[in-house]
Amino acid sequence: MSMLEVKDLSIHFGGVKAVQNVTFNIDSGIVYSVIGPNGAGKTTLFNLITGVYKPTTGEIKLDGEAIHGKSPNQLAERGVARTFQNLQICMNMSAVENVMVGAHLRLDRNLVKAALRFPGLKKRDRDLRDEAAQLMDFVGLGQYVETRADAMSYGALKRLEIARALAMKPRLIFLDEPAAGLNPKETIEVDHLVRKIADSGVTVVLVEHDMKMVMNLSDRILVLDYGKKLAEGTGEEIRKNPDVIAAYLGAHA
Amino acid sequence: MKKNVYFGLYLVVALLAVLPFVVPNSFYLDLVIRMAINAVIVLGLNLLIGFAGQISLGHAGFLGIGAYASAVLPTHFGWHPLLAMGAGAAATGILAALVARPIFKLKGHYLAMATLGLGIIINIALRNEAQWTGGPDGMPVPAMGLFGFELSNDKQWYWVVALLLSVSVWASLNLIDSPFGRALRALHGSEVASQVVGVDVVRYKVAIFVLSAVFASLMGSVTAHYVGFVSPNFADFFHSIELVTMVVIGGMASVYGSLVGAVLLTALPQALATFEGWETVVFGAILMGCMIFLPKGLVPTLAAKFGKGE
Repeated sequence: MSMLEVKDLSIHFGGVKAVQNVTFNIDSGIVYSVIGPNGAGKTTLFNLITGVYKPTTGEIKLDGEAIHGKSPNQLAERGVARTFQNLQICMNMSAVENVMVGAHLRLDRNLVKAALRFPGLKKRDRDLRDEAAQLMDFVGLGQYVETRADAMSYGALKRLEIARALAMKPRLIFLDEPAAGLNPKETIEVDHLVRKIADSGVTVVLVEHDMKMVMNLSDRILVLDYGKKLAEGTGEEIRKNPDVIAAYLGAHA
Repeated sequence: MKKNVYFGLYLVVALLAVLPFVVPNSFYLDLVIRMAINAVIVLGLNLLIGFAGQISLGHAGFLGIGAYASAVLPTHFGWHPLLAMGAGAAATGILAALVARPIFKLKGHYLAMATLGLGIIINIALRNEAQWTGGPDGMPVPAMGLFGFELSNDKQWYWVVALLLSVSVWASLNLIDSPFGRALRALHGSEVASQVVGVDVVRYKVAIFVLSAVFASLMGSVTAHYVGFVSPNFADFFHSIELVTMVVIGGMASVYGSLVGAVLLTALPQALATFEGWETVVFGAILMGCMIFLPKGLVPTLAAKFGKGE
């Protein structure tokens, strides 16, 4: 059985059909990429699956359980993590605290214990800080642990989002254009990072415009255009698909 | 957020321990007590406004519930003052929780309007239920006693309030550097990011709103017993604004900023009394100057200037 099953998924914003009748399955342990021209509905699809938007029609199943209509925090409880195309970093916190927030669900969130500084809670927090620092090392941000988030570069913040998502210990991670706006060197680093994440057993769903990276990493690829599924298959199949070539290069190419 | 976060706390405790021996007379002691009471309220409000990024323009209403619970219940029903205080806090907590769920579906201006309305409703109720509350004239509050020992003079009150303030500073520092506190700050920084890591945003907003309302209610009771008299002015809109101003001037999301804001805004009207008729004008000018030159509030701006971070 597939880990994630999406069936006839649609969402309309007024008259705009941003995603229309999209169906696909994602198997556990693979890297699955979603590509398509700008405005094709890739990020909307992410927002639907991670609960930020509620679908107009259709269903989404995670391990056979229907999850459409659930809120993002309920999905987080089920091991679904994501990053954002437009950065969503808490600029009022330090870098390491941003990562520590990722572990929210694994912690004791009791208010009274926190206010009275229960020793167990404090110790757990110290361990977590070390764990978060290790995660930052893993994504290549080892030197920024104590830095304030608002003092970090764009490329570093992109990776900080990935570290925060990993702090959830997710089973399924959605990466929305992790290499957007990065220079070629940084792009290669992110490419290696996504590979490492996949190798650690996390199922990765990737939206990315960098085709070299997509072809390099993906086990399967979904192509969207104008909110509809244009094609799905392995990298080789997608590369040869005439519809995909037409959508990217123009119908008369 | 390193080891020295408690350094400021030690300083506050030391200052509180020395103050009563250096203040020249009871007028100043009274001023210090009112500063400390305001500081506790502002600490709670800053958790809501500065750390969680939500606004409340009705906090004086919660203060009023606590104050009037301490006045009405012992006077009319013969309740013990401590029990009345607890009942006031519980009632405030329940009211805050009931209204918070629908209120926190709102954001920005709408949230401000909703809390404003709530505060005004509480104030109107206190003014109109004259048979219980004395209406616009207010009513006297019986003295606070415990095991036959009665809190009567300012010195005793000072130590009670100083203890409350020290504990509040300690608890606030603990709270913001905990999983709960990080979730609060995260939903301020990016609501959607905090949601996708599992923070139940509405629950946390409700929790901190209730906590800061209960803080206000308890301190309302303390004030009522200390002053010995309550009036509806205590719970009116202008008092709510004054509290928010203390948060903003002192510094949003800054524990020590809350203290500075409370001390400054409690002291300023007294200090400006020499300007006679012009005191409100000077007061307003100082506030405007603060917002133009120190938009982040006194403590965070100065801390950044001297390169400490917070």
